Parts: sequence; structure tokens; C-alpha cells
Amino acid sequence: MNEQEHDWTIEAKSSLLDLKLNEVWAYRDLLWLLVRRDFVSFYKQTILGPLWFFIQPLFTTIIFTFIFGNLAGISTDGLPKPLFYMAGITAWNYFADCLNKTSSVFKDNAGIFGKVYFPRLIMPLSIVVSNLVRFGVQMILFLLFMGYYYLLGAHFQVTWAILLFPLLLVLMALLGLGAGMIISAMTTKYRDLAFLIGFGVQLFMYATTVIYPLSTAIEKYPTYSWIIEYNPMTPIIETFRYGFLGEGSFSWQSLGYATTVTVLLLVIGIIIFNKVERNFVDTV
Amino acid sequence: MSVAIKVENLSKAYQLGQIGTGTISRDLERWYARIRGKEDPFLRIGESNDQHSKSESNVVWSLKDINFEIKQGDAVGIIGRNGAGKSTLLKILSKVTAPTTGKISGKGRIASLLEVGTGFHPELSGRENIFLNGAILGMRKKEIQRKLEEIVDFAGIERYLDTPVKRYSSGMYVRLAFAVAAHLESEILIVDEVLAVGDAEFQKKCLGKMGEVSKGEGRTVLFVSHNMASIKQLCDKGILLNNGIVQYSGKISKIISSYFINYNKQEVFFENDDFSAKKLYCTNAKNQTVNSVTNGSELFIKVLLEVKVQNPNLGFCIAIYNGMKELLTCINTFHIHSEIASLGTGKHEFVIPIPKYIFNEGEYFINLHLNSSSGDLYYIIENCYTFTILDDDKRRGGIYRDSWPGQISLVPNININVVQ
Repeated sequence: MNEQEHDWTIEAKSSLLDLKLNEVWAYRDLLWLLVRRDFVSFYKQTILGPLWFFIQPLFTTIIFTFIFGNLAGISTDGLPKPLFYMAGITAWNYFADCLNKTSSVFKDNAGIFGKVYFPRLIMPLSIVVSNLVRFGVQMILFLLFMGYYYLLGAHFQVTWAILLFPLLLVLMALLGLGAGMIISAMTTKYRDLAFLIGFGVQLFMYATTVIYPLSTAIEKYPTYSWIIEYNPMTPIIETFRYGFLGEGSFSWQSLGYATTVTVLLLVIGIIIFNKVERNFVDTV
Repeated sequence: MSVAIKVENLSKAYQLGQIGTGTISRDLERWYARIRGKEDPFLRIGESNDQHSKSESNVVWSLKDINFEIKQGDAVGIIGRNGAGKSTLLKILSKVTAPTTGKISGKGRIASLLEVGTGFHPELSGRENIFLNGAILGMRKKEIQRKLEEIVDFAGIERYLDTPVKRYSSGMYVRLAFAVAAHLESEILIVDEVLAVGDAEFQKKCLGKMGEVSKGEGRTVLFVSHNMASIKQLCDKGILLNNGIVQYSGKISKIISSYFINYNKQEVFFENDDFSAKKLYCTNAKNQTVNSVTNGSELFIKVLLEVKVQNPNLGFCIAIYNGMKELLTCINTFHIHSEIASLGTGKHEFVIPIPKYIFNEGEYFINLHLNSSSGDLYYIIENCYTFTILDDDKRRGGIYRDSWPGQISLVPNININVVQ
């Protein structure tokens, strides 16, 4: 056979930087069908169906309002407490869902991965897109709350930064995806890391400005607040709040920082993911 | 004809023992055992290829330096015992796992069927699953759309197309799954033993479809099965794997016979309080142990039994199968029952003559059934011996050159009468 005659090869080693993105493109139909599958199967298996999407953020908001807002008396930058929390929860949930589901992608799909080849990257991508549906529903709830408080005449304002919303959405998705893929590679070796991720993500929320504004953190813990500031989710949530509610610490530098971290984690994530994907079937 | 798949120096190593145990706590436990000088509590007994030999290293080569070429349009059967490396080879070809060393290059899209119905979701309807499964196998949506009718037709599930597949019978489920895969437009089709499922009629349909794929459409088919009949029906070439190396490759009939010859073990072990079966072997008329004779000479099957207690219930049956695993005849001891009943203790050899010109050329193998006179079965020793019948060319008259068709090889004296 001449070298020109074959159109594919399978080799022991592949280049680290071969991200196989063209293959992912060729399988784009699969991506949509997987998203559809997730959506339909979610509908069919529960009694309340998509109502669950509402219930979780609603209850979390109520509890946060009571505990952190009223009991602990943490500042909400002068915003109505439920609105403040719901903005944080909505954005955080999307990121956390992407991270959690992506980090267990090998374990959850070992059956399919062990039997048929398709670009594995499709799976985490479909997770991110599937979660978008849930995020959309929660956004609607958030907007309803905004409308309600607007009618009550509460003090908040929509700013120009709302135009950054698409960018924020992409950043949240890709950050969850990148970090999730790195973790997924580790959990193929150590399954019990999955437990660590479960509550690690919960703890991580407290290092993000979901239940308190960044300004308060800097004020109260000037020496440690860098932990919160260097957390790439913080600028995203702060910008989100600033855009929709008019309060929050927005700066181009911090958003630029979050973007850089996201891109970095994403590239590292894809490289590691592609490397693990080649042989993970043997060790699972 | 051009080459569809070229495999060069392909190897795949699996590590035994010290793979991650899966959890940190177990790894810590293992580490603690090691520093106390104890044995590794999680040492894995891996699927070694030569299961009996204890290897020094803990690396097992499931495939070792495999080289072969498959031409476009060939239907190739891959056979070998369990652990020979068949599944590993298919997994590497399907890109499910990467090889340790070596390279495969090829031409054309591969459709790989290591399992039917991968990715089927029970809650989705038949139609939705066709699209999902098709996309997982690499089809574009419009391609599936175009073939939908054909797929549904092949599976015979028109009425249930919009019913969730969890309500399907298992037969319908498998039919649908195979139908999707079979209609994938690929130049190379890789099929693992998926035909083991489904009823006989459907298996026939699948084989027919695969035959159509390879012979009619000129696509390349790689087929792994333990069912020699379907392999022989479908494939014209074969590859025999043994302990991770290619032992033979070539015409499928040759491959199947070398597979069976690998099988022979003359020692037969069954023992209970009454008797024990010691040995089963074949000899020619000169009392030489042989594995093959021509159809023109007599063959003797010999069974060595040791009677421990005089036992009126003793009996056995020799079941002879052809290479397609079809039962040809059973020879049992019912008619000499009274003689057996009076056998004293000690070793006895039973000699069973097989007349000449009975079996046609080919491979045969023997199951030994140990049973009582009432027909109750004690034990079956499967595939305990293989013998080969060669053709003595007598009936060919020097004219016919191909292998002789048919199951039996009668060479009757043909009389010629003059008719007025």
C-alpha cells in the first residue's frame, strides 16, 4: 500500500497537541442527539419533570436568605436579599453542574466508551450543552424574581455589563468543562476522588462570592481575600451581578484574568482528556 | 486489489497486579501491606494468555508483534481460543483502546459492532434510538434519515417505531440494534460475536446481511465468532490467533482445521467411586496412534476405562461432530450392556472400529458422554479428541480435483446394466 492510499492510521502514540477537533465537528449531529436524549429522558423519568429545575434554586434562595441574610446578617450590597442570592446561585449552579457531570464522564459512560469509538470530547460537550437547558429555566426564574422586585420598587438597576452575559455564559461553561476534564482524568485512576469532588465543589462555593459580595470579603479579611479574588469564578459572578443588578465589583482586569484561566484550564483539560481517553478502557 | 487494513508490528500489553486498585484507600492499604512485608492484598489475577505458566514480569502481552494485511472486499474470520487476543485486536481496530506499540493503517470508514445497541436509551422511542445509535456509530443525521425505512423494515418493528424501547421484547431490541449497524455505510465492518443473540431465523438474516455486505457490496468484513459454521459460511479467509500471535492466516477451511488440531488432549479425566475414564484416542489398523487417516482405511477409537466396582450401570456414548459442530452420530454401549455389567474390576480398553468410506474428508471431533444403562448422564467431556479424515482420491477417478462435497463418503460399486 502506498502512503497516499490509506486514509487513517492507528498508532501507539499520538501527538499531545492533536486535539481532534475536526473529528468532533464531524460528529456534531451526535452532540445534538445526546443533548436531546438527556432532555427527553429527564422529562420522562420524573413526575414533576422540569419543575425540579425551579424547586432547587428556589429553596436554596429561601434558605440562604434566612440563614446568611437574616441570621448571620451578611451584607448583600444593598440589594434585595433573594435577588442577590439567586443571581449567585443561578450562575454558580451552571458552573457546578458542568464541573460535576464532566468530572465523572468516564465512569458514567464506561459502557459506551468501551464498545464504540467516537470523539470522546463529544460527551463532556453534550453535558455542557444539556445543562444549558436547566440554566435557561433557572434564568427565567431569576428574571421573574427581578420583575417581581421591580414592581415592588426595590433598589437595583440593570447596567450595560448585561451585554457581557454571553461571554459570562461561555466562561462558566468552559471553566466547568476544563476543570471537569482534568478531574475526570484523575478519577479514572482513583474512583474515590469523586466523593472529594462532590463536597469539594460545595466548599468551593464558599470561596466564591455567591453568598457575600466581594467588597465585604475584602473589607473583613484584607489578608486572605486574595483567595477569593484569584478564584476565576468570582469575577464571573461579580460581573453577572453587576450587569443584572447594578452592584458588584466589576473590572476588565479581573474578567481578563478569569478568561485567561478558563482558556488555560480548557486547553490543559482537553490535552489530558485526550491522553487518558486512549487507554482508560484498560484500567477501568 | 488494494489493501483495506494493514497491521504492522502491533502489540498490546496489559499490566497485571500493580494497576491502580481504583481507590486511594486501597492503594494506601496496599502500601501498608508492602512495608510490613506482607503480600499485596489486591494483586489481580489477570487474564493471562498462557494461563498456566507463571511469568516473571507482571506484564502480559495480549497481542505480540502482529502483522497482517486484509484486502478490500475480503471477509475475514478471526478465530482462537478464549484469551487468544481476538477481542483485544478488535478493540484496537475499533479505536476503543490504543495499541502499546505498532501501527495500523487503512482505507475507508470502519463500522465496528463490538456490541449491539450501544447507547440505546430505554426511555427513548425506537425512532429516537435509531438516530442516537446511528450517530454514535458515526452516521450523519441525513444519512440515517435516508436509511430509516430500510432499517425499520429489516428490524420488522414498524408498529412499534414510536414506542419506548424499554417495552420491546429482547428479540426486537436486538433486531433493531443490528439493523442500525448493518445499514451503516462503511467500507469496513467489524463484528464481534453479536450473532449469539436473537433467534435462529434472525441469526440467519444477520449472516445473510453480512454476506451481502461482503460479497454483494464488496465491503471488507472482519468477523469474530466461536461458531465455526457461521464463520465458514461467511468468511473466505481467516486468521488464527493463539496466545497473542498470528498462528496461521489464509483460507478459512485451513484455519478452522488448524484450530481444531490445536485442541487435542488424549487424557480424559473423569472419576467417581465406581469407575474412571482414563484415555480416549484413535489408532489406525496397525495400532499406531494417529490424528488422521484416509477415508479408505479403518479408524479405531479407543476408550480406556477403569472399573473399580463391578457396575451394571456403566455405559458411555461417543458423539461425533463435524467441523460445523453438527452432530453426525452417537455410538453407545447400550447393546453390549450385559457384557459391561459382568466386567470385573480393572482397566478395560473399548475398541470401536469406524468402517472405511463413512466420513467425508474433514475434521471431526468427539464428545464422550458417560452414562448409566438407564440413560442417566453422569458427565460429558466435550471436544476430547479431534481426528481428520483425508480423501484417498479413489472416487475422484483422477478427474475431480476440488474438495469432495457432502457429509459422508460412500464409494459404492456402481453396476452398469445394459438396457434394451
